[in-house]
Amino acid sequence: MTVVELKGVSKQFRGGTLALQGIDLTVEPREFVSLIGPSGCGKSTLLRVIGDLIPPSEGTATVNGKTAERARRDRDYGIVFQQAVLYDWRTVAKNIELPLELLNWDRRRRKERVAEMLDLVELGGFEGHHPWQLSGGMQQRVAIARALSFEPALLLMDEPFGALDEMTRERLNSELLRIWAETGSTVVFVTHSIPEAVYLSTRVVVMSARPGRIAEVIDIDLPQPRESEIREDARFFELVTRVREALIRGGVEA
Amino acid sequence: MPGRATAERIGTFLAVLGVLWGAWEGWRWLGSHYHLTWPFTVNDTTMPHLHRIIQALFQPAQANGPSLLHILLNASAFTAKEAALGFALGAVGGFAIAVVLLQSRFLERGIIPYVVASQTIPLLAIAPMVIVGLESKFGGTLSAWECVSVLAAYLTFFPVTINALRGLQSADPRAVELMRSYAANRWRILWKLQAPASLPYLFSAFRIAAPLAIVGAIISEPSASIQDGLGGAIVNFNQYYSIEPQELWATNVISALLGIVFFLAVVFAERAIVRRAPENTA
Amino acid sequence: MTRVLRDWLPVLVVFAAGMLLWQFALAPWLGQFLLPTPAQIVKSLHTHWSVLWHAGWFTLEEALGGFAIGCGLGIVAALALARWRRLSGALMPYFIAANAVPIIAFAPIMNNWFGLLNPHSKMAIAAVLCFFPVLVNTTRGLTSVRPEAIELMRSYAASEVEIFRRVRIPTALPFIFTGLKVATVLSMIGAIVGEYFGGSIQALGVQIENSVTLFDLPLAWAAIVVASSMGIAFYALIGVVERFTMSWARNGVQQ
Repeated sequence: MTVVELKGVSKQFRGGTLALQGIDLTVEPREFVSLIGPSGCGKSTLLRVIGDLIPPSEGTATVNGKTAERARRDRDYGIVFQQAVLYDWRTVAKNIELPLELLNWDRRRRKERVAEMLDLVELGGFEGHHPWQLSGGMQQRVAIARALSFEPALLLMDEPFGALDEMTRERLNSELLRIWAETGSTVVFVTHSIPEAVYLSTRVVVMSARPGRIAEVIDIDLPQPRESEIREDARFFELVTRVREALIRGGVEA
Repeated sequence: MPGRATAERIGTFLAVLGVLWGAWEGWRWLGSHYHLTWPFTVNDTTMPHLHRIIQALFQPAQANGPSLLHILLNASAFTAKEAALGFALGAVGGFAIAVVLLQSRFLERGIIPYVVASQTIPLLAIAPMVIVGLESKFGGTLSAWECVSVLAAYLTFFPVTINALRGLQSADPRAVELMRSYAANRWRILWKLQAPASLPYLFSAFRIAAPLAIVGAIISEPSASIQDGLGGAIVNFNQYYSIEPQELWATNVISALLGIVFFLAVVFAERAIVRRAPENTA
Repeated sequence: MTRVLRDWLPVLVVFAAGMLLWQFALAPWLGQFLLPTPAQIVKSLHTHWSVLWHAGWFTLEEALGGFAIGCGLGIVAALALARWRRLSGALMPYFIAANAVPIIAFAPIMNNWFGLLNPHSKMAIAAVLCFFPVLVNTTRGLTSVRPEAIELMRSYAASEVEIFRRVRIPTALPFIFTGLKVATVLSMIGAIVGEYFGGSIQALGVQIENSVTLFDLPLAWAAIVVASSMGIAFYALIGVVERFTMSWARNGVQQ
């Protein structure tokens, strides 16, 4: 069963802006799909349509065989934004616990899961810290831990590393791939960065300038698991060039 | 469609007015019917009929005199004059204090607590002393209503000072550095950069200060023995409250309306000034 | 230690400078019957301490009662307005209008409703003054939540009530405390001014008014000092509660 199926999705905002037009997309289980495109092409909007945070004007969005709304109510996905959106008044542990509290898990189970998650994102020992005591990269790791804490099969990520410096970003990319492999989840990932998209994904979806349509879908046939050395591989550069050319054709300035 | 939105707003405004009117009259009916004494006894004096209050506006306040509305409008004009001057004094004074505090962190830390503490002293308590003081030292040159303006300024300077300081400090430090690299002295930086940056904060303060100027003027008028303003009217009608409660209530309504007029004046002034210099919007 | 010194030194220096200026320049210039010297005020404070202290507490109790009622209603109203946004636009103009009514206009009405000598009338005045600032600040806090924080909760299919409890209210806390601090000062002023229109002789406002009428200015100022100090102490108390409640705040205690 496909995880995500979008058919003819369009989105027009009040005021007339046509953000998305005629989007058809399928995402199979365990895929890592990146959405890349120029600013304003609607990739974040598309992510939110999948997550039922914005209703489409036309077309259907199906997640795990259900309507997007049903999937949201069943908590089938976890979401990570560009800002970590951690709650200042909660410690790291309590931030990760938040969705579990809403799911009415009992205390012991919550504590166990938080410990697991902190290990997963390699932040063991930071349970009692508050968000402002952590660096940007660490905050994003907490956000990822929180998104995964209730083991959703689908992970939606909206430029999660966009606000971080290059070195931290590369490190977190490797972390994310490791977590993806360990949890066996499906990821839909919005990004601005071509190398990031190519490094992380099994497929890159290139979107055109507004109104957003799918310009091209590129399979990334680099071997798994991806080591960071692969960034220096010739094939990597070929794929980056392919993506760049697809972006230009779709309406980005060179 | 702007026309429809305005119509909707007027509609809700009137609807709420109707609900409040109904609530007042409803409670009044309940209270007098069941002789309620909690939270207070309900009768003609404590809760006059709302339509009687409106009626009272169009009747003479004293036998064969002009209508209450006429009296109150004149009183409002008088109080508005005092409040306008008080507002100006408080605004200029408050801004000046903020400029002084801007120059030194030491001064800021030392003086702000007293600025805040000054508002813990009730205006009504010091009004008589200030009036007597001003009249004895400046009796020849200052008229009574100008003294009231000075007292009104006491209430208005506070929000202006606090907000002006924050606004002046809100100028982008990099922009300040840029000015310094042009060897601009501190007054030019103030005039060209910090003052414009403080505008949004200032207007926020003005919205609070404008009705406060009215309140300050009204409160201070009795201490200056002024009969012509709303304060005088309130003291006057307070004496007759048990006989004619609706006159005091009508005065309250007019006072509130005057406060709102001042508030709206600030809102419109803000629109006019900010529109002229769009780069100054936050 | 130096931190404490750095925080308090400017205030103390200004205090000392101010007192000296007052004692040796301002008071002599205006004359004894306009402005007593600080020395005279301190003397009067000492002489009448017992009366002033009790009057201060009497008035403070009225202020506290009014504070509790006014702030409580203000917060409840803000919660309602944040929940039902349409009400907010409809009712705001009326709240602004009610706030524009000067205290000396509704004080007599409160006295009429609750009784001149009854402390409840002064509490009512204090409550009215506290209501609006608390309402405005709480509303601002409740609506200042970032959209992503709400989106996150929606992604967890959280109900409106849960969003309120877990996100809006904690976000609003700093704003609520700002409103409460403003209200502390206003409640004290409300109680005192209310007493000006008639009240028990035990009340501070009555003391001030009487001493002004009798031209005992040092006593009037001594009473004002007591009133002001209590207002400031009340303000500081709420500040302490704020620090305590929001110990997670950036400027608060570090782990």
